[in-house]
Amino acid sequence: MTSVVARDRIRAPQRPGDVIFSTATVVAGSLILAVLAAVAGFLLVQSLPAFVAAPADFSGGFTNFWAYVWPLAFGTLWSALLAMIIAIPLAIGIALFISHYAPRRIAQGLGYVIDLLAAVPSVVFGLWGIGVLAPLVQPFYANLVDWFGWFPLFAGPVSGTGRTILTVAIVLAVMVLPIITALCREIFLQTPVLYEEASLALGATRWEMISMAVLPFGRSGIISASMLGLGRALGETMAVAMVLSPSPTVLFQLLTSQNPTTIAANIALNFPEAHGVGVNILLATGLILFVITLAVNMIARYIINRRKAFSGAN
Amino acid sequence: MSSTTATRAANTPQANAYAAGKLPRNSTLYVLLASWIVTGAVFLVLQLSGATSGFNIVGTVFFGTVLYCVAIYALSYAVEGVRRAKDRLVTALVTAAFVIALLPLISLVFTTVVNGLPAFLTPTFFTESQRNVVGAGGGALHAVMGTLEITGVATLISVPIGLLAAIYLTEYGRGRLAQAITFFVDVMTGIPSIVAGLFAFAFFSLLFQDAGIRFGFGGAIALSVLMIPVVVRSSEEMLKLVPNELREAAYALGVPKWLTILKVVLPTSIAGIVTGIMISISRVIGETAPLLIISGFTASMNYDLFSQRMMTLPVFVYTQYANQGTDTQAYLDRAWAGALTLVLIVMLLNGLARLIARIFSPKLGR
Repeated sequence: MTSVVARDRIRAPQRPGDVIFSTATVVAGSLILAVLAAVAGFLLVQSLPAFVAAPADFSGGFTNFWAYVWPLAFGTLWSALLAMIIAIPLAIGIALFISHYAPRRIAQGLGYVIDLLAAVPSVVFGLWGIGVLAPLVQPFYANLVDWFGWFPLFAGPVSGTGRTILTVAIVLAVMVLPIITALCREIFLQTPVLYEEASLALGATRWEMISMAVLPFGRSGIISASMLGLGRALGETMAVAMVLSPSPTVLFQLLTSQNPTTIAANIALNFPEAHGVGVNILLATGLILFVITLAVNMIARYIINRRKAFSGAN
Repeated sequence: MSSTTATRAANTPQANAYAAGKLPRNSTLYVLLASWIVTGAVFLVLQLSGATSGFNIVGTVFFGTVLYCVAIYALSYAVEGVRRAKDRLVTALVTAAFVIALLPLISLVFTTVVNGLPAFLTPTFFTESQRNVVGAGGGALHAVMGTLEITGVATLISVPIGLLAAIYLTEYGRGRLAQAITFFVDVMTGIPSIVAGLFAFAFFSLLFQDAGIRFGFGGAIALSVLMIPVVVRSSEEMLKLVPNELREAAYALGVPKWLTILKVVLPTSIAGIVTGIMISISRVIGETAPLLIISGFTASMNYDLFSQRMMTLPVFVYTQYANQGTDTQAYLDRAWAGALTLVLIVMLLNGLARLIARIFSPKLGR
């Protein structure tokens, strides 16, 4: 018997303050889960009417919800994919520059400068995209269509305003750069210094050291950082809504004035004037967007968490 | 063997075994300047011949840098061999990537300041609303007020919830619930902002049975959905930095756990927490899409969060741009001025946050 008593842990007295405080923290924590569930629940409830809506309720001559949402989903994925193709190599380059190339003393300051990009509101990016970037790249697009028009992606006729999906992809790439860069930088800095020094001692050049020690170590980190950036690019609204001149079609051409729009931009453009079932339809497209981004983010976080276990960083 | 090397060294007196097969020290700089000058000359010829209107400085820098990459690779390949050449090429590319990322930032800040200043400096911009204004004139007071109110309420909602959740994760949380909260907080940081707005709309239109509901408080709820995970993440990181010895010292003195947290853990990490909160505010203060959905837009002042549409700065920028009247320039000027105000607020918040972190961060060895 005595052994059992001895094994009992000594418990601190449960004071009212302790109970109230710890309960408050548990409630706050659980509230976050509840909010996420509520986001999914309320969106689902409000979008049910859209799935059985009559053909007359859809704009653009679509007959049912899935036909309506398909070009939008395509535009969302296509623009995000283009943005990632531009952003990922750049972000890896910037992260390498800050972590391994820039002088140590100014490296952190350079990181802040890139982080400033993340703080610029998306509506300002929209204004910049349409006021500065689109006119800047339009002559370049015209040349591209003239010279490479035989290539299906660059087929004409060229857009006269530059408000094409490629411009949108460039703006999106600039917006997701700081996210991917910040994560990649952290991961590159976690590379064991011994690996780096060992490869340098064996006579490797800096690039050989990076390609043989840093990049393999950071591969899963790069993947998950890119997926987080992808999540941001998928959900970005205002920049796309302002820059793109939309049409509800599935088109791969990058430089014409016919561009597939994205779910988020479509909601932002049509929501203020929507009424009746139209509101439910837009909410339902929002639900689709939520599901897509949730899946992307969950996969990214899963990869990051799995990596944490064996990185030895903590 | 050794005698042959010795004789060869004697034959070429300037040969230094360590400097052989290397480019001279400042060669990268010279090659870069040379390639810019060459492309500059090409574009100058193009301009003089009338093929391009005006000197193309963007093209000069861009193609000059491309030429530099090729030139340094070729030079280094000839002198130093393929491995060094690759190394130099990657160095050039990586540096170029960083500079490319700076270009949009510089261009963005420059155009915002240049285009925004005219309307920003008009005396009415911060004293009047857009009520009954057609064409030039009027101001953004209603938008500034709306932004302050909605963001303020969102902060009041998010900070207690986020901070308590962070305390739960660092001080209390063990097992399944804590794991789930950590995971889903991370997932929540990736929710598109427009989905948060749609959620607030779906929730309140069901609650009040109003299919066209628009009011400021809903915007605050939508912003809190976006803000809470950011607050949790940053506060959690800061609370984790508090050394365990401090907690154990407090427990040893008989201090209850909740008082330990309130009087020891929080004061130690308060600077970092405040920094995180300010950065999270700067994140949500520029959100447009959720406020466009649930708070709507109006041209009039509205101080009441719980009824009627409410204007905010980002939505002001968007509507001024999207609904240009007959006097297009006046609307565009106001849009840029609103954008300038937003950028200034965000930069100010970020700067203050860094300053607080710098000044109040716990000194080592204290």
